[in-house]
Amino acid sequence: MATMQIRPILAALRHHRGATALIVLQIALTLGIVCNALFIIQQRREHMARPTGIDEANLAVVHNQWIGKFTTDQLNAMTLGDLAALRQLPGVGDAYADYTYPAVGPGAQLLSVRYTREQPKKTSYAESYYADEHTLSTLGLKLVAGRNFRPDEIRAIGDADNFTPAVIIITQDLAERLFQQQSAVGRAIYIRDMPSTIVGVIEHLQVPAIGTHSFAYCSILLPLRSGDVNNGGSYYLLRAKPGQLNNVVRTAPAKLLTLNRMRVLDEEGGAQPYSVLRAVGYASDRGMALLLGMICAVLLAATVGGIVGLSSFWVSQRQKQIGIRRAIGATRGDILRYYHTENFLIVSFGIVLGMLLALALNLTLMKYYELPRLPLYYLPMGAVVLWLLGQLAVLGPAVRAAAVSPVTATRSV
Amino acid sequence: MFRYYLGLGLHSLRRNPALTVLMVVLIGAGVASSMITFAALRALTADPLPQKSAQLFGPQIDNWGPANRSEDGEPPRALSYNDALALLNAHKALRQTAIYQMTLSLVPSDAKRAPFTVKGYAATEAMFAMFDVTFIDGGGWGAEDDAKGGSSVVLSRRLSQKLFGGVNSLGRSVSLGGHDYRVAGVMGDWNPQPRFYAEGSINIVSDVGDPPDFFVPFVTAVNFQLNDSWGESCVSDYKGVGWNDLLRSECVWISFWVQLPTLADVQQYKFFLDGYAAEQGRIGRFQWAPNNRLRSLLQWLDYVHAVPEETRISFLLAIGLQLVCLVNTVGLLLAKFMRRRGEIGVRRALGASRRAIYVQFLIEAGMVGVAGGLLGLLLTALGVFGMGSFFDARVARLVHIDVSLLGLTLLTSIVATVIAALYPTWRAAQVQPAWQLKSN
Repeated sequence: MATMQIRPILAALRHHRGATALIVLQIALTLGIVCNALFIIQQRREHMARPTGIDEANLAVVHNQWIGKFTTDQLNAMTLGDLAALRQLPGVGDAYADYTYPAVGPGAQLLSVRYTREQPKKTSYAESYYADEHTLSTLGLKLVAGRNFRPDEIRAIGDADNFTPAVIIITQDLAERLFQQQSAVGRAIYIRDMPSTIVGVIEHLQVPAIGTHSFAYCSILLPLRSGDVNNGGSYYLLRAKPGQLNNVVRTAPAKLLTLNRMRVLDEEGGAQPYSVLRAVGYASDRGMALLLGMICAVLLAATVGGIVGLSSFWVSQRQKQIGIRRAIGATRGDILRYYHTENFLIVSFGIVLGMLLALALNLTLMKYYELPRLPLYYLPMGAVVLWLLGQLAVLGPAVRAAAVSPVTATRSV
Repeated sequence: MFRYYLGLGLHSLRRNPALTVLMVVLIGAGVASSMITFAALRALTADPLPQKSAQLFGPQIDNWGPANRSEDGEPPRALSYNDALALLNAHKALRQTAIYQMTLSLVPSDAKRAPFTVKGYAATEAMFAMFDVTFIDGGGWGAEDDAKGGSSVVLSRRLSQKLFGGVNSLGRSVSLGGHDYRVAGVMGDWNPQPRFYAEGSINIVSDVGDPPDFFVPFVTAVNFQLNDSWGESCVSDYKGVGWNDLLRSECVWISFWVQLPTLADVQQYKFFLDGYAAEQGRIGRFQWAPNNRLRSLLQWLDYVHAVPEETRISFLLAIGLQLVCLVNTVGLLLAKFMRRRGEIGVRRALGASRRAIYVQFLIEAGMVGVAGGLLGLLLTALGVFGMGSFFDARVARLVHIDVSLLGLTLLTSIVATVIAALYPTWRAAQVQPAWQLKSN
């Protein structure tokens, strides 16, 4: 029955070319935009969901900047003094000092990893952390091979120094990139012009820079300590014992200020839970996802509204024809089916056009912005959504059409 | 007649409130989404120094060579100390300045007040004239401080206010990063956005939008061994230790700007840069052909991606949304107008011209446009105030509502609605009176 209706439907649509074309165009635009917007939202969500590999819930960060100019050794002694005091605070599990912090750090040192000194092009990029023997325990990192740094391996450096550490710890991700399935421990790689021996491999640690994509888990721990990176101070990372985070955030800055007042701690009370920093770091991703989500919602609502409006119009315009059809034997079900089939046909035209539009829009975005190719499964998914929405939108007008009494046919002619 | 059509339009819109509300909401939402994203884009693509930008250029010198070049073959974005000094001393441009940014701790003279961090720049005196810095007190530090590294500082109005209250601060002493400086000038509300002038300042998300707290002489900063807070970039085999090694090294961290008023000056400066690089080749420092760049300020902003790509993409998609809303409006107006064939037939039969029908329906559409525009204004205002939750803090701080944005919102929605009404109105005007009267 439904197949037999298609011919008269197409004939009727030919009489409403203008309005039909409008709905088709609207469906096409909606599909094109929604597919791309959802894809971008998905990208952002994946970006936000990247695992840092650290014990985020119990981590606090203090930004410390010394006032005055000190030698590297003085800064190191002051930093060590601070860290020792912080570790003794009740509620603090462990602490270390770094120039940045994971995933949403204020800065990142980019390293080009090579197998040999002479190798002209890098094998992989990586980003560094300045670590010491307390880093693994503070961040909650899991050592999967080799060993941790020893206290005697940690070296204090100043800003303008460019020192190549003899030992490093790398992530498993980087180890697999460099040595595939072979063991990385004991191998030497070049991050500058001197070899650095890998002494340990940690399971997982995201790099400091939020914008890193292709090597987001290629972190290298360097056994370095700097109390003042580019006059910007350094960051103390503290792991609180379970349930003690708020306590630590309050007591740590106070403790540091009693040790030495000639320092500037962050304006925000001095210490911040890592979760707060992380939320701030990903704010623009969240905002973009929110904005695009709203655009999608308005688009779909607009499309539904448009279909309801035009279908209602057609129903009211065709009252008499519907009455005649009913009078000569069409059931209510026939009328309902007619409108649903008609809607299905129109939406299908729009979907065909919209798929092309979605691909074209994606190609444009890929050309001008760093956006990957749209996975093709977005297209049928979007199509199904629009088909369902179309059927839902036409339901009201179709029910009203089916309610038209056959008596209408006999009136006002 | 206009008032009569207004009345007719109002009557017609009231007769089918659901449809009317739907149209108004669509137009309002569509126009607001494109206006909010447009406001963000406008704020970010604005020329930071409209009256000067065409004359400002940033030279780049390839002192790293092919082995350390990035994959696109571009030279480093900043200069080494040696190159910056050479360009400063060459005086080949009308004005030239070397700039780098720094974060210092400030110890208030009042011992009871806690020290705090301030952010500013080291630059040469010429910078103030090049970037049209305005002063409310005093001025730059003069040529002598530039040459000898005098301890002068130019403060922002905000910092001066914070340190000295409302009192004139000229000549007062400020302790910055452990050194005492004498205040030579206090800046007015000078704060070009984005902060193009130093590499690294552009793409920093935190603390943006604020004017720089201070400027100190370049030579002084170098003498005091003040590091660039963005950090130096060095070639991978650099193994220097300490400040003096850094100054002699090929590490880059200094941003450089030149003012070149005419095209001939630009050509000449390019020629000079190539000559300089060739000279460095002759003395054995560069073992490669000169690979310099001389980008204008706006080209530079484009090159460093000063506009976050989010902003452009969301603008593009919002325009798409508005397009869909418009297509929708065309359909709804078509439905609305065609439903009134009978009325049109009667009016035409009673002597109304096609033109009268056009005017009547376009006025009705215009009313929908105005209503949609008002809703759009409200949504735009809400969106701009809530911008912090969509765009990062940097964008949100720059975006503001002004008369031109509000006017554009209203204008866009009215024009768009009237354009959307053209086809439905044309169809309405084509109605044959005789046919309509017969069938009723």
